[in-house]
Formats: sequence, structure tokens, C-alpha cells
Amino acid sequence: MSDNYFKVIRSGINSTFQDKGRPNLYHLGIPFSGAMDNRNYLLANKLVDNDSNNPVLEFAYQGPHLKYIGKKISFTITGDVSFKIKSKTSEIDGNCYETYEINNEDEIDILSTNKSVYGYLSLSGKFDVGYQWGSCSTNTKSYIGANNGKKLQNEQIINIFKIKKNFNKRIINYINTKIEKIRVIKGTNFNYFSEKAIDNFFKKEFKVSKLSDRMGMRLQGPQLENIYNYNIKSEGLIRGVIQVPGDGNPIIMLSDHGTIGGYPKIGVIISADYDRLVQLPSGSKIKFQQIDLSDAETLFKMYEMETQNLLNQI
Amino acid sequence: MIKNILNLGDAALYCDFGQDVNKKTNSYVIKYFNKIRQLKIESINNITPSYNKLIISFDLKNIKYNELKNLIEKIEIDKEESFQKNTIEIPICCEEPYSLDFPRLEEKLKLSKEQILKKFFDKKYFCYMTGFIAGMPFLGDLEEDMKIERLETPRVKVPKGSIGITEQFANIYTFESPGGWNIIGNTPIEVFDNSKENEPNLINPGDTVIFKEITKDQYLNYE
Repeated sequence: MSDNYFKVIRSGINSTFQDKGRPNLYHLGIPFSGAMDNRNYLLANKLVDNDSNNPVLEFAYQGPHLKYIGKKISFTITGDVSFKIKSKTSEIDGNCYETYEINNEDEIDILSTNKSVYGYLSLSGKFDVGYQWGSCSTNTKSYIGANNGKKLQNEQIINIFKIKKNFNKRIINYINTKIEKIRVIKGTNFNYFSEKAIDNFFKKEFKVSKLSDRMGMRLQGPQLENIYNYNIKSEGLIRGVIQVPGDGNPIIMLSDHGTIGGYPKIGVIISADYDRLVQLPSGSKIKFQQIDLSDAETLFKMYEMETQNLLNQI
Repeated sequence: MIKNILNLGDAALYCDFGQDVNKKTNSYVIKYFNKIRQLKIESINNITPSYNKLIISFDLKNIKYNELKNLIEKIEIDKEESFQKNTIEIPICCEEPYSLDFPRLEEKLKLSKEQILKKFFDKKYFCYMTGFIAGMPFLGDLEEDMKIERLETPRVKVPKGSIGITEQFANIYTFESPGGWNIIGNTPIEVFDNSKENEPNLINPGDTVIFKEITKDQYLNYE
């Protein structure tokens, strides 16, 4: 145990260490992983003056309750999150995108994300986490990354080092935009589906199922009729691919997805909409809109510019 | 060779090598994979070879689909060049409780357990690709009379080390994972070792795999 650490009073539902992820390993079967919502991940690090690839603690729905032991440190939380900062003499409700100082024996209690899934906790220091293939990102399905590939456990200790001595209070005004339509480029097996299935896909609503996690988002809605073949020769996948198995219910591949799949691909979520897609909690309604490649590229450029502008405000 | 390149979303190239699944097509896929890796194109963030496809994903901040497509189209490979291959022996126990899908296999294939095992162990297998879960090899080809469909309802948990078959392929579950392949046996050896960062996979594309039958006693005392 180092001099500065968090004790995990409550681990939360799925709290994992993440960074930018682990590229160039798909051919071994190792997913990209990394923070699900890239913009909020980048903002979390920038607010506490960290490098853009510093480990952060990602949580889903209910976050962890942490007790801090050590010398003064700053932290911030990004996303749309309700949390409390507790000391011996006070208890305050924290605001996202604002930095706070905590002292020995103070507590951070991350109650829940609001109408969203993921939030991020970063520190003006470094979590002492293990690295594999140059990344700390935890993939609990393959037991890879920080914390021995496991999500945070109750009662565990998280050591912290490299605490910054000087720190400036930071705050930005940012509200995560909700998205009504998720934009999609048609997939390589688009013609496997009936006209009615395509029509339903772009006109009807789908609901995010409870069986969604960092690997994939399962959707419920009109069953999409396949008129050609339920299987394809297994081939590579990327995040954002929408596969439709024989039961006709789409599954969107998310950051910890299996690297190879054998179900037809009806579409792919555009890069610009990925951060907002992953933030849709179970029970949310989704509608898809078809767009072409050049529009998707333009939308990504705009999304990137927005992200850069936010980072530059800090 | 690459027959056609399409976009898979806005940040990946989908290189199609044709409909046929055979060693020759797959060797072209692997050669392109090796060649593109050697070129170390910075904006590429993953290259995934499979039976007859190569998917190249990239960082949309640095390059666009059409630019990368132009680059990839200019790449040439040496069709005759051979790449490094290993032969790997995998011990399997096909007794209870490891042979989960007998008697389904006997019933569907209309063969006895002895016949199925003889056919399975007589074969040398070619590794077409690895993936789905970390380190899982996709091995082929089983004979026509050993082809069987996936389970109608996939298992929620296939035990680690299970060897599955479906269609003309065999695989090895490197972790406990959901899956729909017919389980013929289980191996006590580690096929994926994430402590070996340089070479976590025991079996790589292009390798030959030989399965060796072991008894339950040998399985339990395997070192």
C-alpha cells in the first residue's frame, strides 16, 4: 500500500480503469477497449492537467463510493453524474466538469449517472494500475488490463502516485447533448434483408435492452427479416457494427466486442455518433437514419472540432 | 488476391478476397496482413484477417477512407513467398465430463463415437485465423461427413479449453465464453497466455494443429 490511496467502500456496478485503448491487436482476438465515451474521457484528463492517455476510472450507472487516504489531491468527474463529496464536517453535492480538492479521510460517493450510462473520475495524480500491450484498459471478459482484468471490487485499495503539488481550480460549462437519431452507414450485408426489414430499420423505434454492456448493445424492436442467409463466413468486426442474428434482433458492437463475427451486418454507426450512442441507458428509444460516407466524414470533423473547442476552453 | 474493397462504416476498409474459403485464398489474406503491418501505416489502428476478408480500421482523425483505399490498392504481395509456420500438438480428453455434445454428434452425423473421434484425430488442421475471443483459433477443414450445424440454442457458458466443431471448422475456447459450437472435448493446456505480450497466442494463422487424445487420468495430471 502506498501513502496515498482510495479504499473502495462500494465498487459500483461496473467500474473499470480505462485509457485510450489497445490498438493493433484484433488479429490476436484482443479488442480495442478504452473509455466508451471518448469526449468525456478526454475532458476528464484535461480538467486535471493530465496527459490525454492517463488512466481514468470509468463507471456505469451506479458508481463507486471511495474513501481517500493521503495528502491533498484534486479530482473531477465528467458525464452527467450525481455525486457527493463528504468530509468530517460537511457533505456537498458535486458538479460535473468542476475540479474539487479532497483531503485525508474525505469520501467521494458517486450515486448514479443521470439518463446516461458512463461517467469518468480523474485525479491530479496517477492511479497505480497495471498495463498490458501499452494500455491499462480493463477488459473483464478477457481478463486483460488494470486490476488483473477485473472490475473494481468492494474493500479493495487503489494506490495513487505522482500527485501534483500545484493545482488550479477548473470549471467548464458543458451539458451532454442527447441524441434522438443515430446515424448509420449501410453495412456490407445490407442486401440480406427484406425491403420491409430495411423500411422498419429506418422508420421504427428500437429499445435498448438490459442485456447491454461494454461488449455490445442489444436492441428490441421489429424483427428484421433476413431473406438470404442467417450466417456469413466469420470475418472481422469493428466497433459500431450492427449485426443481426437469426432471431432478427440487432446487436451493436461496442468497445469490448469480440473481434470476429458470423452474423450479417445491416449497418455501422458513424464515428461522430458513437460517444452519444453508448450513453443511451437500457430502456432508451433509438431511431436510425441512413447517411452516406462523405456526410459521415463531415459530421465526424464537426464532432472533433467541438471536442477540441471544449478542450481548448480548459 | 483482393477482389473488391468497400467501406465498413466511415473508419474501416472491407477487403474481399472472393467467396471461396480455402488455404490458398487465406494465404493471400495473411500475406496482405503481414505486408500491411510491415508498412507501419500510422493511421491504421487494426487489421483483422479472416478466411477470405481483411478488415482494416483506421483513425478517422488522420486519414479518410478513399485515401487509405488508394494506398492499399497499390500494395503488391509475392504470391509464392512462404511465411513462418509451426506445427502444434494439442492434447484433448474426449471423456465425460468434457465431451459435452456426444450423443448429439453421433445422432446428427450418424456415426459412432469411435468413428467420430477417429476422423477427428486423423486430421491435420490449418489455422485460418484467430479471434472472436482472445487467442481462439479457427481450424480447418473437417471432412464432408463431419460437418455439423451450430447448436440451435448457443450455450451461455462454454467451459475454458473446450474444443468445438461446426461446419468444416474446429476451434478452441480460450476462456469461458458464450458459444454455439458442438463440444467434442477439452484441452488442459493454455492456448492464450496474456502474460506473454509478444506472443500470447499458442496458435497463429498459417500454423498446423494436430490433436492428440488423452485419457481423463492424463488430463487431470497434465503438467
